[in-house]
Amino acid sequence: MITYLEAIREAQRQALENDPRVYIYGQDVGAFGGAFKATKSLAQSFPGRVLDSPISEDAMVGSAIGAALQGMRPIVEMQFADFSTVGFNQIVNQAATMFWRTGLPCPITVRLPSGGTPGSGPFHSQNLEALYAHYPGLILMTPATVEDAYAMLLEAVAIDDPVIFCEHKYLYYHLKADTLPKEALPAGKARVARAGRDATVVTYSAMVHESLAAADELATEGWEIEVIDLRTIKPLDTDTVLASVARTGRILAVGEAWPWGGVTAEILARVAAEGFNLLDAPPMRLNSKDTPVPYHPNLWGTHRPTARSIADSLRVLLRS
Amino acid sequence: MHDMFRLAEAPRPSCTAVEFPETYRRAYRWMLLARVAEEKIASLYRGGKITGGVFLGKGQEAISVATGMALRDGDIFAPLIRDQAGRLAFGESLLDFTLTYLGARSGPMRGRDGNVHRGRPKEGLLPMISHLGAMVSVVNGILMAHRFQKKENTVGAACLGEGATSTGAFHESLNQAAVEKLPLILVVTNNQYAYSTPNHRQFACNDLIDKAIGYGVKGHSVDGTDLSACLETIGGAVAAARDGEGPQLVIASNLRLAGHGEHDDAHYISQHFKELQLGRDCMEVAQNHMLAQKWADSSMFDLWHRDSQSLVEEAVAHSLREPAPDPAKEDWCALASRHLLEGNPPQPTHNH
Ligand SMILES: Cc1ncc(C[n+]2csc(CCOP(=O)(O)OP(=O)(O)O)c2C)c(N)n1
Repeated sequence: MITYLEAIREAQRQALENDPRVYIYGQDVGAFGGAFKATKSLAQSFPGRVLDSPISEDAMVGSAIGAALQGMRPIVEMQFADFSTVGFNQIVNQAATMFWRTGLPCPITVRLPSGGTPGSGPFHSQNLEALYAHYPGLILMTPATVEDAYAMLLEAVAIDDPVIFCEHKYLYYHLKADTLPKEALPAGKARVARAGRDATVVTYSAMVHESLAAADELATEGWEIEVIDLRTIKPLDTDTVLASVARTGRILAVGEAWPWGGVTAEILARVAAEGFNLLDAPPMRLNSKDTPVPYHPNLWGTHRPTARSIADSLRVLLRS
Repeated sequence: MHDMFRLAEAPRPSCTAVEFPETYRRAYRWMLLARVAEEKIASLYRGGKITGGVFLGKGQEAISVATGMALRDGDIFAPLIRDQAGRLAFGESLLDFTLTYLGARSGPMRGRDGNVHRGRPKEGLLPMISHLGAMVSVVNGILMAHRFQKKENTVGAACLGEGATSTGAFHESLNQAAVEKLPLILVVTNNQYAYSTPNHRQFACNDLIDKAIGYGVKGHSVDGTDLSACLETIGGAVAAARDGEGPQLVIASNLRLAGHGEHDDAHYISQHFKELQLGRDCMEVAQNHMLAQKWADSSMFDLWHRDSQSLVEEAVAHSLREPAPDPAKEDWCALASRHLLEGNPPQPTHNH
């Protein structure tokens, strides 16, 4: 068995092994192996290529951009997605604009350990995909499975553009698979995680699993729910979403991030604009509450969507 | 780079008695070309011919040219808004300057970015983003890559104003360079004002050079109005970085002799500074020095000035004839991986 976290480590090992241009840079990623052990033993296996950085997110990303311009393929590990805001400027203004301004690619991968786990609180739980997806010039990956964590990270390193790789901390140890995949869908292609005919849930990352559990629950009530795992937020696979809505006539977009704007709003905007006549009911969305992410498990468990709240939303959607 | 409008290959600054006058004269000619070119763009701006801002390096040519001249092929240069002289000395063509200010499609930024936000990163000249301090860590990263790639003996220079020393990016990047022992030369020109903000509202240390010890890097102070001192100090700092002595922080003192940009009359600049040594115009200081040393006479100055003017006139005339970008033919694609563009990507109509 291999966990989601181990898949991320193995992808990095593969990348380091396959491509001499790859190096890893981040706080405590060296001999220590990273705060979550996502780089455990890599510094030992690849001397000089897995480097501890100072606590300087701006300079971490800035230097990765420089190295990428000079032909390298850096992987930057943010210790938590939340701290990437300190490197925000370099990501959105330097990396994201580089190709457009100069015609030179800027192939950096920025790993963002994202999302909530109980007890993590306001500054170790954030989901920032919408923030980054807003900027032209970035690719946003949000793998929900062990297989995707592996395959998409390798793909991220190979892509010629800056990739923001949102890996979900809640899945690190929870999620297991038998083996690593030999092939995978490419970036920009969503996956039908569960086929159904009564309603479509469009989601990504950890919420795929909550949505699948909600679909299980509704199956006991006789409903067949389709679950789409977007895999990449940008580019967003609108075609797969619309095709599913064409089958079911109903859509619920689910995201763990905050409600204002964001990925679920984008999905519904597209469905409303491009697939309005496919809808049998008003489109719905479900996000976290519009507050910072709470620390206490009781609060945290209610702050974000869960299988139960997704199932409740689906019941409303199916009745409307 | 374009060969057009380049003066003959400039020798590197050297302090040997025989070569120094020639180095000094070349430096002066780059400075003069920069000043004449900027004056021309400023006059076009006043005539309403320039879209967007115009930022001059007036008073800053000496420190800038010394930086550009101390670098060589394979080195990295991250100039800022007042580095026209350094850019030219590093090898940027005058056409890159005029085409970008005039928004031509054929300029290096193709009308997508303008004025001082230009460069040719493949050739080591980084195109600044506006966010102050942000280019320094990019230089660091290129130097780290050189290390990975076993590309030896290269250095990188980045220029900042004193205002930029207050940014987090300055702190993070200088510390990073020190930790990695990178051959970075960080040239900070303290021209007394950041836009309108005087130094006592910018920082509270006695002297910015005191920061060097805090970061564990070598510090050099220099009179930014004195070309000889600039050539020697920057030359020394670059040589030290090249010799493996790690990052070098240079603090040059001068006065901004123009507005922040051409939209700004700089009424807030105190008369007091204009009377100090740091308030001198480095061009005049250089001229007087050459006259006193008999390295040049007034007829040479006139000749050089006329040369610069005709180079500038030619570059501007050429650039004015160049077509502007056409929104209908523009390739509206911000991704190098075109297949990852959402929707139906428009076909490229130009190849860069
Ligand atoms: C991060 C950031 N904040 C604000 C600005 C707006 N701005 C542009 S130039 C400038 C003043 C810069 O002063 P200084 O660094 O001393 O350089 P100088 O203009 O004096 O050469 C300011 C505030 C900016 N470009 N970047």
